[in-house]
Order: sequence, then structure tokens, then C-alpha cells
Amino acid sequence: MPALLEVEDLHAYYGESHVLQGISLAVPKGEVVALMGRNGAGKTTTMRAIVGLVTPRRGAVRFAGRPLAGLRTYEIAQGGVALVPETRGIFPSLTVLENLTVAARGAGPWTLRRVFETFPRLEQRRKNLGGQLSGGEQQMLSIARALMTHPELLMLDEPGEGLAPIIVQDIHRILANLKDEGVTMLLVEKSFAFATSLADTVYVIGKGQVRWQGPAEGLKAAEDVKSTWLGV
Amino acid sequence: MELVNFLGIQLLNALWLSALLFMLAVGLSVVFGLLDVLNLAHCTLYMIGAYIGFTIANWLGSYWLALAVAPVAVTVVGAVLYVALLRRLRGNHLIQALVTFGLLFVGYDAARMIWGVDQFRMAEPALLSGSFPVFGQGYPVYRLFVFAVGLVTAVALYLGLERTRLGAVVRAGVDDRETAAVLGINIDRAFFIVFCIGTALAGFAGVLAAPIRTVEPGMDVEILIPALVVVVIGGPGSLKGAVLGALIIGTADTFGPVLLPEFSSFTMYAVMAAILLVRPQGLLPVKPAH
Ligand SMILES: Nc1ncnc2c1ncn2[C@@H]1O[C@H](COP(=O)(O)OP(=O)(O)O)[C@@H](O)[C@H]1O
Ligand SMILES: [Mg+2]
Repeated sequence: MPALLEVEDLHAYYGESHVLQGISLAVPKGEVVALMGRNGAGKTTTMRAIVGLVTPRRGAVRFAGRPLAGLRTYEIAQGGVALVPETRGIFPSLTVLENLTVAARGAGPWTLRRVFETFPRLEQRRKNLGGQLSGGEQQMLSIARALMTHPELLMLDEPGEGLAPIIVQDIHRILANLKDEGVTMLLVEKSFAFATSLADTVYVIGKGQVRWQGPAEGLKAAEDVKSTWLGV
Repeated sequence: MELVNFLGIQLLNALWLSALLFMLAVGLSVVFGLLDVLNLAHCTLYMIGAYIGFTIANWLGSYWLALAVAPVAVTVVGAVLYVALLRRLRGNHLIQALVTFGLLFVGYDAARMIWGVDQFRMAEPALLSGSFPVFGQGYPVYRLFVFAVGLVTAVALYLGLERTRLGAVVRAGVDDRETAAVLGINIDRAFFIVFCIGTALAGFAGVLAAPIRTVEPGMDVEILIPALVVVVIGGPGSLKGAVLGALIIGTADTFGPVLLPEFSSFTMYAVMAAILLVRPQGLLPVKPAH
């Protein structure tokens, strides 16, 4: 059976610069896959290419067996792919509640009540504007909002970036719960402990190519990979 | 007393003109601010609304039917125009200005071919035909009706933007189009609905104006300039800006010619220049300058 998400030999450019040089990866249903690598390796671009925000020059992306080439971003999202972007993308002039409801779509496992149970802080802040939230609250809202679309695949781009350790712990716990519930995730994360404790499989990206792939446990022992491509 | 009465009447005139300008400018403004389309032919749609409304009222004898049907017909024309032409010009303001300026002439000639060069005036509905005593004279009820409609329209648009799902989608799209798409929101469709609402309002304004202003070829160009000025001083894409801008220009355009007859046509530009010197982005821009 093919994986839920299959990326095959993806090449993407920004102008002349060849940013993705043949990325291939697979995210099986129910698993958590982590993309790791240094700043500028091409992790964000890979995710943007999957949702159609970057048009690859070569290669294919298939979701649930269906090629995504030529689909608009909103169609890919409606098909079940959600992205929690690096920039969080909170709508500043919408309230917390509106940020959630504007994304809500059809019936599925995620109701407003369940989201508020998972992120109690958001319920307290429901009437506040998105622009008034702290960084941690924005990240929570961004994840909660993505869940409101009932994604089959949840992609998170550096969810712990720039947040206080205690909030990173919170987010880690929430993602671990999601994993236990069987939510399929593609996670970009630079923190080695964060990524390897959640992921089943890790892909190490360096300069636009997959440099290593394997089970998260295996990466812990791969010292040369870590020092060359992760800098740890 | 004389002066108070005189100014009072001018104030009432300013109100209905402002209402009319608002209903036109809000569509122009939102289409420019959201869809990035500068549609100079927006006022041609207003003229078409007036002509269609006049024709319906003339044949079927019902002002209210005209007020209901003409905006729908105008929306169909506008939607076809958008899909066939305007949508393809997105992002290039010079081309947009040239093409839609050309459309103004097409509209002018089409109006002359269909309706001739005669001036028409549509009859007011019987219900609103009288006048009522105020400021020492009789003031037409119909003009106050136009103001009231403008007011209700502004409130309805505000509530629609702030309290409905479509409104939230539109605000999300203005905030961050890319993220909206990533969440599965079809922003193009939401903005197209907004375009249709703006177009319907232009047609609506045309029918409302038909009993006050003459229906004739060129009535569109006459109101295009003040409507554009409203957009510029209010801030493109801004609902509140369109309200404020329409009140300012409606007032300037009413009082200017009576207080300073020698400078009548300049008052509006003087006001615009003064405002833009202080706030080049308009009075109430959608995104405050950082
Ligand atoms: N919008 C852009 N325009 C030009 N170059 C870009 C743009 N975004 C990213 N890049 C470049 O592409 C490369 C990959 O970036 P990115 O995918 O953001 O890396 P990562 O997420 O792994 O840090 C980097 O060299 C970066 O400088
Ligand atoms: Mg990145």
C-alpha cells in the first residue's frame, strides 16, 4: 500500500538558485515523519511545494494516491493537507474565535469544544484579536486552526521555534497526544530531542537533497550525519 | 434665519449626494483594494443601472420593480466583464486604467445606440413623491429616502464584514492571502462575491439617482471623478474610508459651488490635495502604515 504522502524527485528553484535538488520522501498513514537540517537546507520549501505555494520544476507529489500537480493551494488543503507555517500565519484582524471558525470545514473529529479542551488558553483568549496574542498563543492557535480543517496530514514547520522552553514542552505534549490518536504528521524541527522523540522516521536534508533517512533511533547513533548535516 | 435655512437645505443636499457617492465608491474602492482591479467602468455600470431602471419603470410603471431588477441585471453585466476581462488584468494598474477607460467610451456609445441622446428623468415612486416642510421650505421626501438607503447600506455592509462568515473570510484574505489558501479557503471566490456586491450597489445607486439626476449618456463620467476622489481620500479597500470620504466629498461638492461659485469645481480637488498632503495613504486605510 502506498504512503499517504509521496514526494518523488522534487526540484524547485527560486529564480536561478536550485533550492530543491531531487527530494524524495514518504509519509505513511498514522506515522510522524520529521525533516531535519540546517537553516536554508530546503525544509520549508519542500513543505511549500507540497501545498502548491512553490511550483516545482520537476518531480511529483501524490497525496492518497492522487497527483497534486496543477491543483490550487486551497484545493490541496481541502483534500486533507494542513500546514502550520513557520510564520504561524495568524490573521491579526480576526478574533481567536474567527481564526478558528474561518478555517472550519465540514464535519470531522475536531469541534470547537474539542479544540478548546486541547488548548484551554485559546478559550480564555477567544474574543481577543489575533494580533494581540503572544508568540506561544499564536503557535497554539495556528495548530488548533489547522486541526479545525480535519486534516489527514498535518504539516508543522518548526512549531517550537522562538518559544520559551515551557511552551515548547506544552506543544510537544500536544503533538505527542495527536500522534497517539493516529494523526499523520510531517514535522520540520531543528531541536534534535523534540524531533526524534516524536518521529518514527527522520529525513535529514542538506543543500536541497536528502542526506540520510531512517528510523529516529538510528539517527542518534549516526554521529557523522549529525555533525555534517545537523551541526550537533 | 435666512442663512440657517439656506445652509440647512445645503446640508440635506450634501447628505443624499454623500449617500449616492458612498454606494458607488464602496464598490470601486473594495474592488481596487481587494481584487487589485482599478475599474474606471464601475460608473458605467451605475449608468446602465439607471437606464435599465428607467426602462423598467417606464414599461411596467413600477419604481420598486426597477429598484429590485436593475441591480441584478447590472451584476450580470459586471460579472461577465470581470470573468472575461478584468480578472486577466490583475496587477497591472496602467493597463487596467487604459482598458477600463476604453470601456467608458464603449458604454457611452452603447447607451447612445440603445437609448439615444435624450435626457430622461425617472418618476419617483408615489409613496415618496411629496415634500415635507423643513428649513422654511418644502424638501423632497425622495432625497431623504436616498440618504436613508445609503445609511442602511453602510450599516449592512459593516455588519456583513464584521459578523458573517463571508466577512471573516474576506478579512482573512486581506490579512494574509497565502495562509487563507493553505487553510482551504477559496479567496478568489470570496472576492468575486464581493465584486458582485459592489457591482449590484452601483446598479442600485443608478436607479436611486435616476429620479434626481438626469439619465443620459455621460452621467457615468460626471460621477466617476468624485467617486474616485472618495476612494483616494478614504483609503482604497476601506469601508469606513468610503463612508468618511463620501461625506467629505458630498459636502465639499454641495457647499463649494454655492459658497465659492468662482471656484466651484476646484473645491473637491482642494480638499483632496489637502488630505493627501497630510495622509497620503488615505484617511482610514485598510492596513495601517507601519
Ligand atoms: N522567497 C525566497 N526567495 C529566494 N530564495 C529563497 C526564498 N525562500 C527561501 N530561499 C532560499 O532557499 C533556500 C532554502 O530555504 P528554506 O526552504 O526556507 O530552508 P529551511 O526551511 O530548510 O531553513 C535558502 O537558501 C533560502 O535562502
Ligand atoms: Mg524553514
